[in-house]
Amino acid sequence: MNVPSELRYAKTHEWIRVDGDLVTVGITDHAQEELTDIVYAEPPKVGAEVKAGITAAVVESVKAASDIYSPISGIVTDVNEKLSLEPGLLNTDPFGQGWIYRMKPSNAAELEALLSPDAYSALIAR
Amino acid sequence: MKDSNSPKHSPLEAAHIASGARMIEFGGWLMPLQYKGIIEEHSAVRSSSGMFDISHMGEVTVGGPGALEWLETLLTNRVGKLPVGRGQYTLMLDQLGGVIDDLIIYRTDESVYFLVINAACREVDLNWMRSLLPDDGSVVLTDEGDAYAAISIQGPHSAELLQLLFPGFVLPGRNGIAPIPNISSRGKDVTPFLARTGYTGEDGFELFIPALEGLPLWERLVQLGVKPCGLGARDTLRLEMGYPLNGSDLSRSRSPLEAGLGRFVALDDNQKGNFSGRKFLESQRSAGLPSLLTPLRLSIPGPPLRPHYPVIFDHSVVGETSSGALSPSLGESIAMAYLPPAISNPGTTVEIEVRGKRYPATVCSLPFYKKP
Repeated sequence: MNVPSELRYAKTHEWIRVDGDLVTVGITDHAQEELTDIVYAEPPKVGAEVKAGITAAVVESVKAASDIYSPISGIVTDVNEKLSLEPGLLNTDPFGQGWIYRMKPSNAAELEALLSPDAYSALIAR
Repeated sequence: MKDSNSPKHSPLEAAHIASGARMIEFGGWLMPLQYKGIIEEHSAVRSSSGMFDISHMGEVTVGGPGALEWLETLLTNRVGKLPVGRGQYTLMLDQLGGVIDDLIIYRTDESVYFLVINAACREVDLNWMRSLLPDDGSVVLTDEGDAYAAISIQGPHSAELLQLLFPGFVLPGRNGIAPIPNISSRGKDVTPFLARTGYTGEDGFELFIPALEGLPLWERLVQLGVKPCGLGARDTLRLEMGYPLNGSDLSRSRSPLEAGLGRFVALDDNQKGNFSGRKFLESQRSAGLPSLLTPLRLSIPGPPLRPHYPVIFDHSVVGETSSGALSPSLGESIAMAYLPPAISNPGTTVEIEVRGKRYPATVCSLPFYKKP
């Protein structure tokens, strides 16, 4: 199970990467494996306010729709347009081309509450 | 003490676990939802072949001198049309014309019939049938569900595969049924059968074998290269054909006429007498059907459709989806919903609400998927 070391993780299987002033959010390898074939993704709208622990996006596999919770709060600045034509990127490259949205954090301290790669690995090993 | 709520286990379960299948509970049974992936399994059935464990389905044998006459009063289609070695799709209704179950009945001998019923309503079906049996012993009903395992092999290459499995065996034609050669009915007094029927819209065969023969047969098929497919693919395949699912598209609250299954209800056949629900259907037909099961597709790219999404016409909610999926073969979202007949004509535009957002959709015609 891939758990990149430069990211931080939410208990609900989202990852977050700090890219200067912004952060990028996606779902983990564990999440995409649980979901299986992802056929549709509904990222948030650019400009939307998202809050830590609240649904920011929806991802649908053949059998079920899954809520994606924003790991921290902020304003959405970009969304991954590729996902509308290629939702499968969430399965094949969840940490790279399958990124879902970027945002400007409103409270950087919220990053501290997230899990380290080791803590996340321990969580999914259970 | 046995927990009556724990799910039943298929005789083929060991094979599913060994191949890493994701299991779910369906109709009181623990069954494989998928193995490698629903889309891959669906595509295998459309392009070559796949196989489904259908051991959860029920099998009932009806025999005795009064069998045919009794079955005609139980089922909507005319059973008397069946020659020996043929099956037909039919429905079992309650007195108010509601669907108890849809099923296939096969005539396996002069006065012997083999019924394959849905897993989720095995008990209900059997209780209903038993309550209607005549007292004089002229009709003998046997529940064979636990004696059989069953495998459905579907896809354009399925006939070739069956020939490899049974060299020299003359395969029955569509809807035909024949006893299977070279499988010993060890341990149980049930006849192994092969029926050329299915729920996918492809050529295919359903094999009903003694429970102990199930796992060896499944493993032989795996060695022949047949892809195991789960309930997820079974659902997307049948929906693409517009085949209804009991419990979603069929229920006690809708008649088969509303479901568009009138061609399986022998109301205008002068050799068909009374049957459960007949009077209700006749008056429903005279009065005008209150709804029709209507095929819909999203007109723009959008989310997968699922059951219970509201359907809106002219700013009012006029129904809800009973089934839905993102069709793997078409790459479009499709659904079925009971709608007022006035808006069920192909080309009518409606909206379907998904998570509070409304998407335009069009009434289309069946099947959604037309073979190339």
